[in-house]
Amino acid sequence: MSHLSDIKLKIWRQAGPDQQGRFETYLVPSISDEASFLEMLDVLNEQLIHEGREPVVFDHDCREGICGTCSLMIDGQAHGPQRGTATCQLHMRKFQSGAEIVIEPWRASAFPIIKDLMVDRAAFDRIVEAGGFITAETGGAPDANLIPIPKPVADAAMDAAACIGCGACVAACPNGAANLFTAAKVAHLNLLPQGQAERFKRVEAMVETMDEYFGSCTNHGECEAACPKEISIDVIALMHQDYRKAKFQNRKSLSRT
Amino acid sequence: MSNAVLNDKLHSKSPKVAVPEMWETFKSDMKLVNPNNKRKFKIIVVGTGLAGASAAATLAELGYQVDAFTFHDSPRRAHSIAAQGGINAAKNYKGDGDSIHRLFYDTIKGGDFRARESNVHRLAEVSVDIIDQMVAQGVPFAREYGGLLDNRSFGGAQVSRTFYARGQTGQQLLLGAYQQMARQIGLGNVRLWNRTELVDTVVVDGRCAGIVTRDLMTGEIVSHAAHAVVLCTGGYGNVFFLSTNAMACNVTAAWRAHRRGAFFANPCYTQIHPTCIPQADETQSKLTLMSESLRNDGRVWVPKMAGDDREPHLIPEDERDYYLERLYPSFGNLAPRDISSRAAKRAVDKGQGVGPLKNGVYLDFSDAITRLGKDVVQERYGNLFEMYERIAGEDPYTVPMRIYPASHYTMGGLWVDYELMTTIPGLYAAGEANFSDHGANRLGASALMQGLSDGYFVLPYTIGNYLAPMLNKPIPGTDHPAFQAAEAEARQRFQGYLDIKGTRSPDWFHRELGKIIWDYCGMERTEQGLEKALSELPALYEEFQKDLRVTGDGGSLNQTLEKAGRVDDFFQLGMLMCKDALERRESCGGHFRAEYQDDEGEATRDDEHFAHVAAWEWTGDPMQSIRNVEPLEFTTVHLATRSYK
Repeated sequence: MSHLSDIKLKIWRQAGPDQQGRFETYLVPSISDEASFLEMLDVLNEQLIHEGREPVVFDHDCREGICGTCSLMIDGQAHGPQRGTATCQLHMRKFQSGAEIVIEPWRASAFPIIKDLMVDRAAFDRIVEAGGFITAETGGAPDANLIPIPKPVADAAMDAAACIGCGACVAACPNGAANLFTAAKVAHLNLLPQGQAERFKRVEAMVETMDEYFGSCTNHGECEAACPKEISIDVIALMHQDYRKAKFQNRKSLSRT
Repeated sequence: MSNAVLNDKLHSKSPKVAVPEMWETFKSDMKLVNPNNKRKFKIIVVGTGLAGASAAATLAELGYQVDAFTFHDSPRRAHSIAAQGGINAAKNYKGDGDSIHRLFYDTIKGGDFRARESNVHRLAEVSVDIIDQMVAQGVPFAREYGGLLDNRSFGGAQVSRTFYARGQTGQQLLLGAYQQMARQIGLGNVRLWNRTELVDTVVVDGRCAGIVTRDLMTGEIVSHAAHAVVLCTGGYGNVFFLSTNAMACNVTAAWRAHRRGAFFANPCYTQIHPTCIPQADETQSKLTLMSESLRNDGRVWVPKMAGDDREPHLIPEDERDYYLERLYPSFGNLAPRDISSRAAKRAVDKGQGVGPLKNGVYLDFSDAITRLGKDVVQERYGNLFEMYERIAGEDPYTVPMRIYPASHYTMGGLWVDYELMTTIPGLYAAGEANFSDHGANRLGASALMQGLSDGYFVLPYTIGNYLAPMLNKPIPGTDHPAFQAAEAEARQRFQGYLDIKGTRSPDWFHRELGKIIWDYCGMERTEQGLEKALSELPALYEEFQKDLRVTGDGGSLNQTLEKAGRVDDFFQLGMLMCKDALERRESCGGHFRAEYQDDEGEATRDDEHFAHVAAWEWTGDPMQSIRNVEPLEFTTVHLATRSYK
């Protein structure tokens, strides 16, 4: 174990949603290279409390890279420099002594800032509420082995289902689009046999809710590069395909009325 | 039963038939609420983990009005999400001799015969329904090539009954339950309150009348009235400061209910999980679990020679001690958690620890990689290996993992009866927040099972039994003086933290508290140590009350203030934990008293004096709580010395 010294932090401070924000500079004189990035912020916050100042507000919880609560743009990169890694899994051994690190909240119009580095990602929940589920009320499920699911299908669904809902894809996207998040959920459910009954209704409802809050996708691919679970943008193609089909189906049903 | 009181509030209400027939009997006899009348009842569900989300979704599907509360930004963040290894169910898909009885027996035995038979049997019965339900919802469980579900084995079992979704089973199950609840939110049947924390429960005329919450964004204190309240607020493992729990996990909801009259059962039953990444430095804020499933293929060892500084690959086979395989040949590396943890502690205490701080043991996959190939190992555990690499900075495909036990789960919790009701009528506790199913030690892959069992298949039945007689009877509104008083008390409490203006942060106190609890009420406890803790804790708590510093104000988002309230409650719980550990003069499961062990260092139970639940009653002073007991009767299994040799 060794220590890094003189880490200079430029951190976005903003007192509330409607307040003017600004960068403030802080110095962390010494930190173990075994410390995680968030533990470095803990040390800073203890120091601020000691000085009688308000600590920096940031979202975090499991610190194992699975709950998706943590965020942070670190030097302009969502979740920082290490690929496939959420901020909470980023460790100081990836930085050098004397480093100057710029820390900002997610920047997206659908994610308003609550305070300092904390943003409101409730729009994600609205997308799931619109259709990100399989209607299977408790009680009537058939035996679990009744529907065999080919392993490659289950694996592909699982790859998409690994999304932690952190919002890095939106923060990284120049348009503030949520296509990777939405498509990951659509792909998870639409690939599985259990998800077929609601397949087209689901994709339509989710895409249209997404469009109410978020920007449009123009295939930059920044989302995939930023995703801590490395979810492939292939799922977006799948979502578009299903959405197009859903729209054709609806047109047919309209013509019948 | 010294210093213990039999209390008539502690009536389990288990049906008076043979254990295997109880649940069917209960369901046949329980009162029902007509579908059209269900909408007249409002139910509050606090917490949106597996138990909370599944309960909220199912109750809403049945037609009840549900208000769900979470202090997270989204219900999907609850710490159930971090469970890795899997979920047990007595499906016997492998044809290896599993059955409901065997899962029931394994759970009772795994809990060292300190759980209530009736609840555990029901858990084993509904375990099979959980898998069906979760598959129907689209949980992508691991599959065989033929498309059927795959299973693996977990500690304390000799069958393969664990269903899993890579190393992210908790995530996938939670997302399933969350999505089911999200559907109900979209339909308007569940009203979601996010970033809202429970700060008190309200009791009127002996019934739970609702809760008081604090809006974490604005600091506003608000009352909520309901016909019934369900607490699904998780365990209290963060009392140790360092644990595998998420940073925000806390005991506040359960503790505030305890202070209003809900008995707190077996607080000393805490689980120290054997396979966590050891502490690396002094700034460590939490510890990370490495799933028990890794012990299916990983072998645990330490160098035979104390202080051996050689790289692991330079230590020859005959100079390694594969101590679990040596001590427990029939279960080997899959010995239960309490037993594996203590064995690791013994090795490290003897100086055989490995790693820079000599605070770990090896979990070695080189044999598995040779036998199965790297691809298979990667497929089974890839995400766990990656997580390890991120945290420890070493590649477990080439260097053995270093692991050490850490606080992980708490078997103790609010006392509940067969219907999951606490000693306050109308107040329920489900999931890790209650004490009901795991006795003194929980087996791996059983927490997810219990959370979903309670939320999906137990509460939706039992709660109707309570509500039916309340039809069309008025309930106290939030203008009732009891709500007003609780609100005022909460406002005063939070203002109080701000007004102390001392010198130490809540985290500083939490760390100090955690050290005391870990040293004296951790993996090994002694009378002397517990007494020392009980003299140090009140002093530190007094310092907390005098020297706390919370910066900022109470009228906007203030994480330091939130933390202050949680640490306050941890202090009080910590005292109760140590008292409970002191009074339980035996060793059982996760509660290991050094005075009560056999020649080989195994736990010695005292069934004559301690085959009971200790349910503590609040008196206004955490050092003066009253110890009530619920005797445990074993009619289906025979009390036996637990052996995994």
